[in-house]
Amino acid sequence: MIEVQNIIKSFDGTEIIKGVSTVFDKGKTNLIIGQSGSGKTVFLKCLLSLFIADSGKILFEGKGLKKMSIKERSILRQEMGMVFQGSALFDSMNVEENIMFPMQMFTQKDDDEIRDRANLVIKRVNLINANSKYPDEISGGMKKRVAIARAIVMNPKYLFCDEPNSGLDPKTAILIDNLIQEITAEYNITTVINTHDMNSVMEIGEKIIFLKDGLKSWEGTKEEIFNTENEAVTNFVYSSDLFKKVREVYLKDESDEEQMGTTSA
Amino acid sequence: MIKSIFGKFTKWKILKQLILKDIDTLIIGSMGIVSFISFFVGGVVSIQTALNLENPLLPKNLIGFATRQSVILEFAPTFISIIMAGKVGSYITSSIGTMRVTEQIDALEVMGINTYNYLIFPKIVALSLYPLVICVSMFLGVFGGYMACVYGGFSSSSEFIEGIQLDFIPFHITYAFIKTGFFSFVLATIPSYHGYFMTGGALEVGKASTVSFVWTSVVIILLNYLITQMLLT
Repeated sequence: MIEVQNIIKSFDGTEIIKGVSTVFDKGKTNLIIGQSGSGKTVFLKCLLSLFIADSGKILFEGKGLKKMSIKERSILRQEMGMVFQGSALFDSMNVEENIMFPMQMFTQKDDDEIRDRANLVIKRVNLINANSKYPDEISGGMKKRVAIARAIVMNPKYLFCDEPNSGLDPKTAILIDNLIQEITAEYNITTVINTHDMNSVMEIGEKIIFLKDGLKSWEGTKEEIFNTENEAVTNFVYSSDLFKKVREVYLKDESDEEQMGTTSA
Repeated sequence: MIKSIFGKFTKWKILKQLILKDIDTLIIGSMGIVSFISFFVGGVVSIQTALNLENPLLPKNLIGFATRQSVILEFAPTFISIIMAGKVGSYITSSIGTMRVTEQIDALEVMGINTYNYLIFPKIVALSLYPLVICVSMFLGVFGGYMACVYGGFSSSSEFIEGIQLDFIPFHITYAFIKTGFFSFVLATIPSYHGYFMTGGALEVGKASTVSFVWTSVVIILLNYLITQMLLT
């Protein structure tokens, strides 16, 4: 579980994150949504301590990031997995080496054990015949799978994903979303995903946080997002005609069910 | 940055691979161009000297002497370093800069790796072998001068060799290698700094490489002046 308490982050005197507080639950896919420039990436980078928040607290299992010793932070980092927007695979390494890399860095296991573990994870993310290929020889979807495999190879407690399905076709995007959700449940990880993809919101949004201009504007689940009265959320989530229709149908079904319930009672 | 480079060390098994890779890219990969330039510039220095020795009273062995002095004191350590600032420096800046813009450095940081040590330390170690490159450059520069002089008919082989041995001061070699040691550190750190702290995209990687070349060259020239002033005057 990650607890965020009133964090503020500014750059050159401009506040990008203006006091966000929330809790990311274990074993759930937690989504951060919002328009481009709303502060999603900065917020995620604060969680990863790639940016240090100006004020506020970030607690990992109740322990504050700022109060941790260098060693504790180092251990915490090894418990984090991150899937970057552009996958951030190491160009000079092939798929297998990319996945083996964190284990080679931080474990004392021999190469065979590391390779076995890497191949297990490769199978888990359904990467076939790609072990010896380099990042520039594989598709965007495969790169994301490699990035996910690299992120989970160390059995992390926390998984962070920045726009994991950006630039992917809808089918692959759904596969990646489902893979992340399955892995979250399977490994009981606290997963935090930055996205502005509404399919992801509807598919895997077990907890959703809506950021607007650096402030948390709304918080809820994928079911609650259909009923929300928050104008900023509805304007953002239902900006396309398709999702407006989906919402209308969902709300109609819900009221029909309620009416039927009342009649039968 | 310098403190962090020598801070928390990367696992030796990984670091060793990175160092060997950087030796291959930065040192062995530069031998070809350094050899080519040194040989021909040595030849040109020798021809230019010969063509300017119009006075018949001046001995022919001065061609060998002038070639040796030019190559050992300045051409090999300083001007090859400027060329290396372009070749090796641009490579370092663009490779680290590309890692920055594609978030590979962020990925390393998230894993808890000391990115300064992981990325820059192997380059400093690899470039500590840079004096070997200069050694090759010195030899080929003088050899190129010899070939141009002897086969161009400007002096005899014995006269050129006599000139090379004339008034030889061993400290000049020491001076050249002291300079080279400083230059190798500059060649590793300034381009790394410009790559590591760059922001933006592909265009900025190109700009960072250019800026890094300019600054590396400026620092090399200034250091050259200071070291010469301190050691030879």
